[in-house]
Amino acid sequence: MKCQKCEKAATFHITELEKGSVRELHLCEDHARAYLNQSEAAGGEPGEKEGGKSVGEILSNPLGVGQTADELALLDQKSCPHCEITFFEFRNQGRLGCPHDYVCFEKELEPLIANIHGSTEHTGRRPSRSPEGTEWITRVIGMRREIKDAISREDYERAKDLRDSIREIEDRAIGGGGKRFGIDAAPGTVPSSSSPVSNTDDISPT
Amino acid sequence: MELDTLTQSIGEWLKGTGPESDIVMSSRVRLARNLAHYPFVSRANEQEKTEIEKFLKDRIATVPVGKSLEYIDVGHLEEVDRQFLVERQLISREHADAQGARGVAIDGLEQVSLMVNEEDHLRIQCMHSGLDLKGAWEQINTVDEQIEKVVPYAFHPRWGYLTACPTNVGTGIRVSVMLHLPALVMTRQIEKVFRSLHKIQLAVRGLYGEGSQAMGDFYQISNQTTLGKNEEELIEQVGDVVPVLIDYERRAREFLIRESQQNVHDQVSRAFGILRTAQTISAEETMQLLSRVRMGVLLGLIGDVKISDINVLLVRTQPAHLQKLRGEELDTADRNIERARYLRQHFESSGGTTRSQIN
Repeated sequence: MKCQKCEKAATFHITELEKGSVRELHLCEDHARAYLNQSEAAGGEPGEKEGGKSVGEILSNPLGVGQTADELALLDQKSCPHCEITFFEFRNQGRLGCPHDYVCFEKELEPLIANIHGSTEHTGRRPSRSPEGTEWITRVIGMRREIKDAISREDYERAKDLRDSIREIEDRAIGGGGKRFGIDAAPGTVPSSSSPVSNTDDISPT
Repeated sequence: MELDTLTQSIGEWLKGTGPESDIVMSSRVRLARNLAHYPFVSRANEQEKTEIEKFLKDRIATVPVGKSLEYIDVGHLEEVDRQFLVERQLISREHADAQGARGVAIDGLEQVSLMVNEEDHLRIQCMHSGLDLKGAWEQINTVDEQIEKVVPYAFHPRWGYLTACPTNVGTGIRVSVMLHLPALVMTRQIEKVFRSLHKIQLAVRGLYGEGSQAMGDFYQISNQTTLGKNEEELIEQVGDVVPVLIDYERRAREFLIRESQQNVHDQVSRAFGILRTAQTISAEETMQLLSRVRMGVLLGLIGDVKISDINVLLVRTQPAHLQKLRGEELDTADRNIERARYLRQHFESSGGTTRSQIN
């Protein structure tokens, strides 16, 4: 792909999100730099939102130098196994699809997050009952989708199994786990205190 | 909750109390949180959104938050009622305009509001009158800890609290103060101030948040980054700059009185005159004039008007408030007439005089 402003190859692909509209730019390195400097000089106005810089602006930052259009196209196809969002969709919308995206797109998000926040490490408070994270719960997002597929295939056995697995994970995450979850959950969803699960990390992926 | 009862009260941020409340209207802290077991809102289908809403609504109801918490089904509200909540700063404009299952829980004092299915599954906000970021943080942190006991928040040991937009990831905290800076505007120093704030990674926005125009010299200052620093450090980042801005504004006010008192006195008196006599007036003009009068009162140029009264007028002359007070829907032209009537009536009964002389 050629740069929109000259004959050189376009190595920067900028997606500007501006109040509901999406604008795509394909530029060579020189023109991309000029474009980004100009928007910075204007006080970072284009696509500026609550958090400051636009996601598109950051996705085109020099950390991405060397990425050819082909490499970028390949990256764009990558998708989350749970919510099925593609990196392309994220680049266009500026919103991620589910919590697991931070894990499956970790490598791609790292430079972006470093650019937004100037850091890649959370140092603030942690939820007291799950400081080790809740990644193990995110599987149910994909499983819920699988149920729909199973039902459309009329594989009700599979749908039932999935439903049971989801309930088991949710019970541990929401109502169960004994002392980790100090307050009783909604009536009927709390498993008995004899639940053998005390550590949430012991669930192996399907 | 009966929104009509809210119409009669004034809401936390308009009380006009608290430290530095001549310049700092309110202090706000908000936290973005998501459930670990559902896709983010923009990726969730209708059924999932309904499940998320029900899940959070039920859990929030079990949490002790200040004075009784009431849940409002925003998806089924009339447009005027959604607009009313926006004017009140209890929900965001995005939340009002969105589609699908969503709601908000509000405490009786209008300090805490919990938006369900906004950009994130849960957005907790706590607002205090005047400069009180620490108090707002302590209150919201308590609420958050209570909810955390019954809700599996999406959390990652490295990235922190996970949010739909990477600009909020980590602490998920947005700390903001709303400032009234009329003298910095009049002395044309406001642009300079904003440029220096951008340099230290603070954002400046208008009264009604993202993308809104700064109306009536009201500005919100907030942190831009949410990852790397902890909550206290981010609160400090905003909190540290506020006394400097207060000092600038006070000095600008002193300068105006010293160098051009007659001119300023003329301007605030004219603003007051229009508000008391106009027959039709827009919301924008009203806000601009009320801002001038507010400064006039604080500078002692206008007597017998209370700051809290002006704060109340600021919100009650907004389109949805005006219609709720009137009890019927009005088009723009009729609203402008009703607004002028409401202002005239208010000042007739409460008095207020422009001072012919000050010492």
